[in-house]
Amino acid sequence: MSHDHNHDNELDPFAARVRALETILTQKGLIDPAAIDVIVDTYETKIGPRNGAKVVAKAWVEPDFAVLLIRDATAAIGSLGYTGRQGEHMQAVFNTADTHNLVVCTLCSCYPWSVLGLPPVWYKAPPYRSRAVIDPRGVLGEFGLTLPATTKIRVWDSTAELRYLVVPMRPKGTDSWSEERLADLVTRDAMIGTGLAREPA
Amino acid sequence: MSRREAKSATATLPADAQVFAEPWQAEAFAMTVALHDSGVFSWSEWADALSAEVKQPGAASDGHDYYEHWLAALENLLSAKGVAGKREIDALAAAWERAAHATPHGKPILLENDPGPAEGRGGPTEGRGGTAG
Repeated sequence: MSHDHNHDNELDPFAARVRALETILTQKGLIDPAAIDVIVDTYETKIGPRNGAKVVAKAWVEPDFAVLLIRDATAAIGSLGYTGRQGEHMQAVFNTADTHNLVVCTLCSCYPWSVLGLPPVWYKAPPYRSRAVIDPRGVLGEFGLTLPATTKIRVWDSTAELRYLVVPMRPKGTDSWSEERLADLVTRDAMIGTGLAREPA
Repeated sequence: MSRREAKSATATLPADAQVFAEPWQAEAFAMTVALHDSGVFSWSEWADALSAEVKQPGAASDGHDYYEHWLAALENLLSAKGVAGKREIDALAAAWERAAHATPHGKPILLENDPGPAEGRGGPTEGRGGTAG
């Protein structure tokens, strides 16, 4: 088929519906288009797993902070300036040699936005949401993570009110490392539980 | 989840290549956050609305339709709250599509560009592929 006809603009149906909603909501004074742009920019560029990595690295080097993170993760994370917009509470779950933690949201896609940004596609997709609880070991295997058979896997199901951050174990051989350098070892997947912290190169 | 998906998911660390695949997804997301901020609904109400959509059979296993469910959930919630009804959204979305069509390529699409519904639309069979508009 040739494309030599005069091409008009097209809005796909979803884009048109979003525009329609924006128009209605702006007319009703419920949203401000400029504020929408700011929110998009914030989530696309400013909030991401680096926030969570700083929380984890601080917990690795400061025992007092780790204690606070165990007791009141919302406050500990808030003390670094990362606060949830949805009034959700945070709980930090610490990996140990015996227990590995894995986070899922079977209901929809609740996720600790303030520390991890927006979730990856697979986190929101049905296979992960349905299988993480039933077969966590199998799911971890697909992520290339094979844990010893003796390691217990605890699966935490997020809700709108309570979201989880996995604190992975600190890699060996990093005793003298600065917080900043340690944060580079903390991946997003390590904080969801589908990975471990990176080993020092 | 296939092995390959899982691999590509972990390979994109630490920064996600693309949070949103298309601009409308970002806008739908941001509108939801803004509406919650201004107290139109609670986050639990939102989670319930989204959950009802994403657990419907037929959701793509690769998650590519996630924001389509998101948008449907937002529309349902706004309808239930009496903020915007489906008919109102349908009509305005059609106006936006017509406006887009009437806007020369490269120019910003404005709702004012909507020429209005085609006059004397006889029947549903006439609408497609014609030279009208």
